[in-house]
Amino acid sequence: MRIINLGAVALLASLGFCQPSLAQGVLRIGMTASDIPLTTGQPDQGGEGQRFMGLTVYDALVHWDLTRADRPSTLIPGLAASWTVDANDKTKWTFKIRDGVKFHDGSVLTAEAVVWNLDKLLKTDAPQFDQRQASQGRSRIPAVGSYRAVDALTLEIVTRAPDATLPYQLAWIGISSPAQWEKLGRNWQEFAKTPSGTGPWKLTGFTPRERAELVPNKDYWDTTRIPRLDRMVLIPLPEPNARVAALRSGQVDWIEAPAPDAVPSLKGAGIQVITNAYPHNWTWHLSSAEGSPWNDVRVRKAANLAIDREGLKELLGGLMIPAEGFMPPGHQWFGKPSFKLKRDLAEARKLLAEAGYGPAKPFQTKILISPSGSGQMQPLPMNEYIQQNLAEAGMKIDFEVVEWNTLINIWRAGARHESSRGATGMNYSYFIQDPFTGFMRHLQCNLQPPAGTNWGHYCNADMDKLFNEVRNTFDAAAQSKVLERIHEKYVDDALFLMVTHDVNARALSPKVRGFVQAQNWFQDFGTITMSP
Amino acid sequence: MLTYVAKRLLHTLPVAFGVSIVCFMLVHIAPGDPLTSVLPPDASAQLQAEMRKIYGFDRPLPVQYGLWLLKTLQGDLGVSIATGRPVASELWRALGNTLMLAVLATVIGFVLGCLFGFVAGYFRGSWLDRLASFVSIIGVSVPHYWLGMVLVIIFSVQLNWLPATGAGPGGSADWAWDWVHVRHLILPAVTMSVIPMGIVARTVRALVADILSQEFIVGQRAKGLLDAGVFRHVVKNAAPTALAVMGLQLGYLLGGSILIETVFSWPGTGFLLGQAIFQRDLPLLQGTILVLAMFFVGLNLIVDVVQTMLDPRVQRS
Repeated sequence: MRIINLGAVALLASLGFCQPSLAQGVLRIGMTASDIPLTTGQPDQGGEGQRFMGLTVYDALVHWDLTRADRPSTLIPGLAASWTVDANDKTKWTFKIRDGVKFHDGSVLTAEAVVWNLDKLLKTDAPQFDQRQASQGRSRIPAVGSYRAVDALTLEIVTRAPDATLPYQLAWIGISSPAQWEKLGRNWQEFAKTPSGTGPWKLTGFTPRERAELVPNKDYWDTTRIPRLDRMVLIPLPEPNARVAALRSGQVDWIEAPAPDAVPSLKGAGIQVITNAYPHNWTWHLSSAEGSPWNDVRVRKAANLAIDREGLKELLGGLMIPAEGFMPPGHQWFGKPSFKLKRDLAEARKLLAEAGYGPAKPFQTKILISPSGSGQMQPLPMNEYIQQNLAEAGMKIDFEVVEWNTLINIWRAGARHESSRGATGMNYSYFIQDPFTGFMRHLQCNLQPPAGTNWGHYCNADMDKLFNEVRNTFDAAAQSKVLERIHEKYVDDALFLMVTHDVNARALSPKVRGFVQAQNWFQDFGTITMSP
Repeated sequence: MLTYVAKRLLHTLPVAFGVSIVCFMLVHIAPGDPLTSVLPPDASAQLQAEMRKIYGFDRPLPVQYGLWLLKTLQGDLGVSIATGRPVASELWRALGNTLMLAVLATVIGFVLGCLFGFVAGYFRGSWLDRLASFVSIIGVSVPHYWLGMVLVIIFSVQLNWLPATGAGPGGSADWAWDWVHVRHLILPAVTMSVIPMGIVARTVRALVADILSQEFIVGQRAKGLLDAGVFRHVVKNAAPTALAVMGLQLGYLLGGSILIETVFSWPGTGFLLGQAIFQRDLPLLQGTILVLAMFFVGLNLIVDVVQTMLDPRVQRS
């Protein structure tokens, strides 16, 4: 018996040695992306690209505080230790670059290196100009007019007009190593294979479309953020069922965005399903173009009052936060809107009748929807549910289903464009993390297509005045107050059909410990450990 | 034979030219903006126009086609818009993975298909025929992506015997012919083999039944030839057609495995093609379709040559 026991111990020990990766703390993540995001500093693949290949390998001048799960994230200093705006000239910003920061290749971060990085995105005749990074990064920093290194650790940026949202814009821009680019023959293709940033993770290798491996940067300047894991492996798994199967079979330890119908089985198998609020919304963007029935605030309010958001939550297995406004409930810019988003069919019908709709003149309009898409959650069943809700209030909705990329192009073209096919609304989910993406781009007068993505051609002098005030309010607390007023106007004027917010679901093996899910599109993986 | 091969090779030239035009035009006719994958959704119209110019999409279609064809003839398939990597390198890596999968699936499908087909044809009308026919009909009818998911649920999730996704623990870059890697190949290959198995089985059954009813077989039997000898004659007569069917199936598997490769996240041409379609990655789409089409043409040529070698009647005709 003793021999058998010893044999069993030896066998178990050998099995342990056969799987050293798990014992040493390797986290394998199944991403929804179909490819490893661009590794040169300005990742593609949207929010997920920035989450896994942007803020891991690179730092920006300004960071999001990702340490707390119980409150929305705010901006904190990153590679810029501090910044100020010139009291006399509100377009002139001075950024103090953090001293002693080194790139993964050992070269030192300076203000010149930041200028070099801005040139790689904005200066088309610069040797380091990279069209792939430029196409991702340029639209993120529309305020930047000019810039220069005042000294080794002082950077000056002059904006095109006073714009207090500049720090939010700079939080998108990853700083790559000029020395590494020089060393690799001034070639971004080569740089992509062995990139060098200043971030808490170093990329040690990747196979396109299959996997990327990152190891901790033990010399990271913020010692509290040095990753505790030994390695992190990123695996593109775009098919939702493949992600679930990979997690259930132990091939990965973490998957992004599990399908709602897989959640009960995942929980039943002991998998942790983590959710939290974050700045995302799922709306119908309503048209304000001539002839749109949504131009009447009573109609907009009636539609918002007809939606059964709790029923929709049940449909999605609880994986949503019912909308109480355009921003998620509890957001720092939520304010105190007076219009409450609750289901009140009687009030909805009354408002519709006041607007002139009834049996003699039934309400009918067309909405563009997509069968799938980034952030669109479960668009077909959700839209059908809403269609049913609105029908109960006396609003007949016809859908035109278009493929997601086509919908993006229609969204860029605007409601008046022929590609919108006479639709008066479109189902579109939004990244609403900063003042520009959250509010301005949707409703600012001068951002009507083709200049911007104010799809519905909304234009309101009061709203524009508020946007202008945000850009000219440089004190963070005061700026937040203005943003609250904007949000109150969004809700009180019922400018969108506000339906729900996603909850950023991810499923984690029970071995994954220490993850703090920030209320943000981006996350910090430094706190994670793997239990044996 | 050499003249025949040379003639067939010459025939492939207009086919290749036609394929190049069709695949270029098809991807341009399809709705959508090729820059969708490289620009954030809220990129300004000015930035979109600048990028369109940088990528050359502002030029007239015939000019774009001419430039693409010129480069393609020099072996340069361009650069993927979505990844910035050369199409050729993306394609060769994926092609290697798909070839591995498709060849294994074809071998499994051919062996099992021939087995079921011969059994069914030889014992026509018996319960063995009905059983083999049932299996082959299932093979042709069952949606293979559904079968793939079921196999994953059984063998990966429930039994934890085989991995559910990918081409090896370290990706296809460190592929090796050892158990750690080969186990990743089993489920997709078996799933992929089901359709060719069914088709080959149905074809072989019909061929065997037909050959067995022919007079020369009756004559052979009358001369006292044993079953083994008859079987040899049947195999020789059925082989060219079965081989032709198998060749076509291999061609289909090379290009038509989008669903299976997606279900198993197998980094092959199907997966690549699927992603290129969703991302409107025109250079990758054009390059992949062209190379796969040329593979199909090449495979047909090889099958024709082998068929000619095996069957003197084809040579004479």
